[in-house]
Amino acid sequence: MPLVLVGTSYQRAPVELRELLAYDPDLRRDALGRLSTDGAEAAVLSTCNRTEVYGVNPEPRELEERIYGELAGLSGLSHSELAPALYTVTDEAAAVHLFRVAAGLDSMVPGEAQILGQVREAYEAAREKKTAGPTLHRLFRQALRVGKRVRTETAIGENPASVSSAAAELAERVFENLEGRRILLLGAGKTADLTAANLISRGVGEIVVANRSTERAAGLARRFGGRAVGLDAVEAELASTDVVVASTSSQGFVLSAPQVARAMKERRGRPIFFIDIAVPRDVDPAVIELEGCYLYDIDDLERVVAESVAGRREEAVRAEAIVSEEADSFRAWQLSLDVVPAISSLRARAESIRREELERAEGRLASLSPSQRRAVEALTSQIVAKLLHQPTVRMKEAAAGADGILYADAVRHLFGLGDDADPARKPRQ
Amino acid sequence: MTETALLLFWPALAGYTEAAVAYAGDTVRPGRLVRYAIWGVRLGWLAQTALLVAQAASADGFPWGTWAGSLNLFVWMCVGAYLIWGCRAPFRLLGLVVMPLAAVLLVLAWAAGGVGEPAGSQFGDVFLAFHVGLILAAFAAFTLAAALASLYLWQERRLKRRTPGVLRLRSPSLETLDQLTGRTVAVALPALTVGAGIGLARLESEGAAFDAIMGLTLLTWVVYAAFLVLRWEAGWRGRRTAYLALAGFLLVVLVRVVLTPFVHF
Repeated sequence: MPLVLVGTSYQRAPVELRELLAYDPDLRRDALGRLSTDGAEAAVLSTCNRTEVYGVNPEPRELEERIYGELAGLSGLSHSELAPALYTVTDEAAAVHLFRVAAGLDSMVPGEAQILGQVREAYEAAREKKTAGPTLHRLFRQALRVGKRVRTETAIGENPASVSSAAAELAERVFENLEGRRILLLGAGKTADLTAANLISRGVGEIVVANRSTERAAGLARRFGGRAVGLDAVEAELASTDVVVASTSSQGFVLSAPQVARAMKERRGRPIFFIDIAVPRDVDPAVIELEGCYLYDIDDLERVVAESVAGRREEAVRAEAIVSEEADSFRAWQLSLDVVPAISSLRARAESIRREELERAEGRLASLSPSQRRAVEALTSQIVAKLLHQPTVRMKEAAAGADGILYADAVRHLFGLGDDADPARKPRQ
Repeated sequence: MTETALLLFWPALAGYTEAAVAYAGDTVRPGRLVRYAIWGVRLGWLAQTALLVAQAASADGFPWGTWAGSLNLFVWMCVGAYLIWGCRAPFRLLGLVVMPLAAVLLVLAWAAGGVGEPAGSQFGDVFLAFHVGLILAAFAAFTLAAALASLYLWQERRLKRRTPGVLRLRSPSLETLDQLTGRTVAVALPALTVGAGIGLARLESEGAAFDAIMGLTLLTWVVYAAFLVLRWEAGWRGRRTAYLALAGFLLVVLVRVVLTPFVHF
């Protein structure tokens, strides 16, 4: 049955429009109910960067119209207002699209990991609502497999794609992990906030915030469950700090090399990592010359991110090959569906003949013991199964090619199976 | 026996060489060849294990009492020690140091007759097993410690220089490398102490002469003992202890590869 995808993404629609087309879990459940009224399959993928509705129905045009109506109802926009932002993709192209989405190849940052979880959520929601039939089950399961394969067989998601995550990963190249480490935030600005949040998500132990305004320092410290100190206490704090995130608006260096050198003596060789995202810089660049001191300013971090994103793009070529391989497998599966009804009819016919012949021979078999009767049952079943095994395998193999449907027709004709077993059957071009 | 040993030598060498090449290729295109490298190490090591078993089965006494034989055993221990960590993703880069070294030393052992029929020795089996076995195990661990220290210095240099591609190759953190180097030396030094002590006791009882190898081995012991003392007592960490581990390893190379064939055996 035809697969239809209607959706939009950051490539087509600005955030103002994407906001209108976003589904929360409740809205998604309701939408799935409306989309599947006549037994159509449906699934809705909704993230901050895309909204996509997948459906399967014998009448693709009618389904497409229904999805348009659904999105128009959600956004409050007319069909003509929505049309330029929406794309419609069908059958194999729709499957390839979902595989690329799950692999992170259609994301703003190639290889972004969050999308795989969002594809899983879309699938789970459709399963719960029982709107995922055989095609969407297969499609989404395979999409999840593509996502996993791409992430394990390529390095597309291995390196950071933002300054804050690059800073955290660099810190993890110095320390085994950040669990239980002590972080000193110099300044209480927005960037420091983001970097601190990233470090906290990696399990840092204690956060100390130092700022010219102790009030702002106390506010940020409260938010992260840390403590606030004045800038004059910074040198004393260095002796027990592992990572320093500097982002003050000071015009001169807040930390000089001699200050750090004095602190290093107390640290007995323990390293310290400085992330200086302030402009002008807060940490004297001469600090890098001190043993055990590692210093990255904003330009260094941006260079690391650029290199990392370039690496992700290189890996994307390998990921595309995986997508293409999986798309071939999905196409073969879809084509094999064309011969399934013919195979089922053939097996049903063979089984009914076997039963009829056994009933006809009932008189001659009456003298058999129960175990002998079971042996005759098993023997006749085996003969039928063995006779049909080879034609079944050959028909499934042929289904992957263009002439699969001809084989199915030939079987129907030769065995007089009729067309009633497969009402949805249509010849493929 | 010689035929069986040679039959096993070549797959071992092929495995180690393939691993060395694959590890080098992996630095150019990370993530692609490393799987082949790991299988090269595993298969090569299994082939060499079979080779050593075949040698042990056909020997009358301790089979690796010659310089070349002990070199064969030394390579096996180095690769075995590497296998403990090397197959974990962040430690792959160690293979860049260990596997080429293993391949070269194995060829050296083969060229000197260390992979064929084991030669007899004038010394007792138990003495050789403890003396040679413990010293070789310590030297193998020092080799691994040197590889860890090299990786530390390489990684530290990249972090200090703020190389843009610093995150593209996976490697352990500086802290892990530093701790593992320290732990490896801490395990190896007692083995060297006991192994060398057994040798010295034998020397004493037989009234034999003290040779250059023994002197250098004691110097090696002093360097690694200093490594541990400075780490524990003076708080030395990182670059300084990495250089000290490499200095100790230079002495190991001098003892194991340069001088031993001419002086001690």
